[in-house]
Amino acid sequence: MTSDAVISSENLTKKFGSFTAVDHITFEVKKGEIFGFLGANGAGKTTAMKMFCGLLRPTSGKGFVAGLDIYKESEKIKKRIGYMSQRFSLYEDLTVNENIQFYAGIYGLDRKTIRKKQHELSDKLQLTAYQNKLISSLPLGWKQKLAFSVAIVHEPDIVFLDEPTGGVDPVTRRQFWDLIYEAADAGVTVFVTTHYMDEAEYCDRISMMVDGRIEAIGSTDHLKAKYKVNSMNDVFLILARNVEI
Amino acid sequence: MKRFIAFVKKEVFHITRDFRTMLILFGMPVAQILLFGFAITNEIRDANIAILDHSKDHISEKLTNKFLSSGYFKLDSYLQSAEEIETEFKKGKIKLVIVFGKQFGENLNRFQSSELQIIADATDPNTANTLINYTQSIVRDFVASLNPGPPTGIMIIPEVRFRYNQNLKGVFLFVPGLITIILMLVTAMMTSISLTREKELGTMEVLLASPMKPIQIIVAKVIPYIFLAFFISIIVLLLGYFVFGVPIKGNLLLLLFELLLFVLTTLSLGILISTIAKTQLVALMISVMGLLLPTIILSGFIFPIENMPKILQWISNIIPAKWFIIIVKNIMLKGSGIDMVWKETLIILGFAMLFIMMSLKKFNIRIG
Repeated sequence: MTSDAVISSENLTKKFGSFTAVDHITFEVKKGEIFGFLGANGAGKTTAMKMFCGLLRPTSGKGFVAGLDIYKESEKIKKRIGYMSQRFSLYEDLTVNENIQFYAGIYGLDRKTIRKKQHELSDKLQLTAYQNKLISSLPLGWKQKLAFSVAIVHEPDIVFLDEPTGGVDPVTRRQFWDLIYEAADAGVTVFVTTHYMDEAEYCDRISMMVDGRIEAIGSTDHLKAKYKVNSMNDVFLILARNVEI
Repeated sequence: MKRFIAFVKKEVFHITRDFRTMLILFGMPVAQILLFGFAITNEIRDANIAILDHSKDHISEKLTNKFLSSGYFKLDSYLQSAEEIETEFKKGKIKLVIVFGKQFGENLNRFQSSELQIIADATDPNTANTLINYTQSIVRDFVASLNPGPPTGIMIIPEVRFRYNQNLKGVFLFVPGLITIILMLVTAMMTSISLTREKELGTMEVLLASPMKPIQIIVAKVIPYIFLAFFISIIVLLLGYFVFGVPIKGNLLLLLFELLLFVLTTLSLGILISTIAKTQLVALMISVMGLLLPTIILSGFIFPIENMPKILQWISNIIPAKWFIIIVKNIMLKGSGIDMVWKETLIILGFAMLFIMMSLKKFNIRIG
C-alpha cells in the first residue's frame, strides 16, 4: 500500500454461499482521483463498493479506506465517507432544505454549519427558489445533483457513487460530472461505479470487473492502447464478452 | 444525540406530511368508538312485528298491549290469516310474528293453559334469539301478574346482577379492544411500512452507510410512532370516559405502563415484518393478514375465546393482544392492581423480549 492511497484492497473476496460475487480483488485508489469502477450488471461492482462502505462484511482479504481497516474500523470509516446509492436517496416528502438538514444532521454537523451549507448548495445548484419545495416537485436531473451534493455535505475524504447517472439524459449527465470534477478539485476522492462506457472517459483511472474479478486497470488511454481499440466500449466488449474486435 | 434528534425530526415530517394517513389514524378510532358505542349494541329497540290474533278477546288484547308498550316492539300490522305470515316475512319488514290461539282468554281461565306461538325471522340468528328472549320474559311477567299472591309450590327465583358493567354496554368491551387494535395498527403496521419504505427507496443503504448505528436508526424511527400510539390511545380513553362513561377504575399509571409494554411488543413485531418484507405493499399485507386479522378474531375482542374450539383456544394464547385485552379490561373495569394482572404482564413482557431479540437479530443479519 502506497502512502497516498485512500482506498486499497488485497485479495478482497465476498462469497454468498457458494457464489463468489467478488473474487480476490487487489487495487488502490489515490487521493483526489476519480476512479471508475466499471463492469456489466452483476459483475460485482456494487458488492465490492458495499464492502468499502461498511454495508457488507468481506469473506476474506484485506481492505482499507482512509487508512482504516474495513473489518475493525467501519464505524470510523463511515464518518469519513459519503455514499450515494442508485436511487438518489432523497426523501420526496421533505423539502430541499429539510433533506440537507437531515443528512447534515445525521453526520453530526452543527446548526451554524448546516445553515451555511444550505446557502452554499442552493446557490451552487441554483435552487434558491426551490429551497422550501418538496423534492417530489423537482425534475430528475436536479434531484440527482442535489443527492450528490448532499452525499458530500459533511466534506468526506471519499465519496462512493453507485451508478449515479441512471435514467438521465446526456446533457444532465454532463452537468452531473461537472459537479464531480468540482468535488475532486476540492480534494475529495471519487469512487464511481457505472456501466455507461462513455462515462469511463471522464475518469482518471478505471478498473474493469468481470465475474467478480478485476480484469483490467489503468487510465482509459492506457487501456485503449493495450487492447488496440478506439473506444472504451470496445475494451468492455473484449473483456466482458470475449468479443474479437 | 444531535444526529438522533435530526432523525426523529425527519420522521415526524414524514408522518405529518402524509395528511391522508393522519386522517385515517385519528379519524378511524374516533369513528369506530362512536360506531361501537352508539350504533352497534346487542340491545334491539322497536323491532317491527305483526300480530295474528285468532281469538280477539280482552286477555289477548291486554298481552298485545304489554308487548307493544315494552319498547322492544313496534306493531307493523295485524294479520288476518296464517297464509299472510309467509308473505309478510318475505317482504322483510317484520322480524317477529305473534300468533294467539283460538279462545286464548277463555282457555286460560278454564284450563289454566293457552297457546301462544312466536315465529321469528332467523336469517339473523342473534336478533331472533334476542327477540324471542324479550317475548318470553314479557309473557312470564304477564302470567305472574295474572296470578297475584304467593306462588304455589316450590320455586327458585334467581336474582341476577351483572357486575362491572351493569347495563351490559357493548362499548365497555370495545374500548379495551379498540385500544389494542389501534396500538397494533399504529405501531406494528405503520412502523413496518415506514421501515420498508426506506428499503424500497434505497435510503436505508445511505442511512446504514452513515455513522448512525442500526439500533439508533430503528429507535429513532419508532419513537414518533410510540408517541402517536399513546396519543391516540388517550383520545380513545377520553372518548370512552366522557361520552360513554367507560370507567378507569384502576391505576392510570399502571394502565399506561401496560400500554407501553404492549407497544414495545407490537413495535418489535413491526420491525420483524420489515426485515421480511421487501416492499411496502408486502409489509401491509403481512401486517393485515398475519397480524391484524388473527388479532381481531382470536384476541377475544369480538368473539369470546371461551366459545371457540379447543384448538383455537390454544392458538389464542400466542396472540399477545389476548393478554393485553385481559389486562386493560381488569384495570379499567374492575380496578385491578398489578397483583391481579402480574401473570398476564409477565406473558407480555416475555413476548416483548422475544420479539425485540428476534427483530434486532434479523435486522443485523440483513446488513451483515
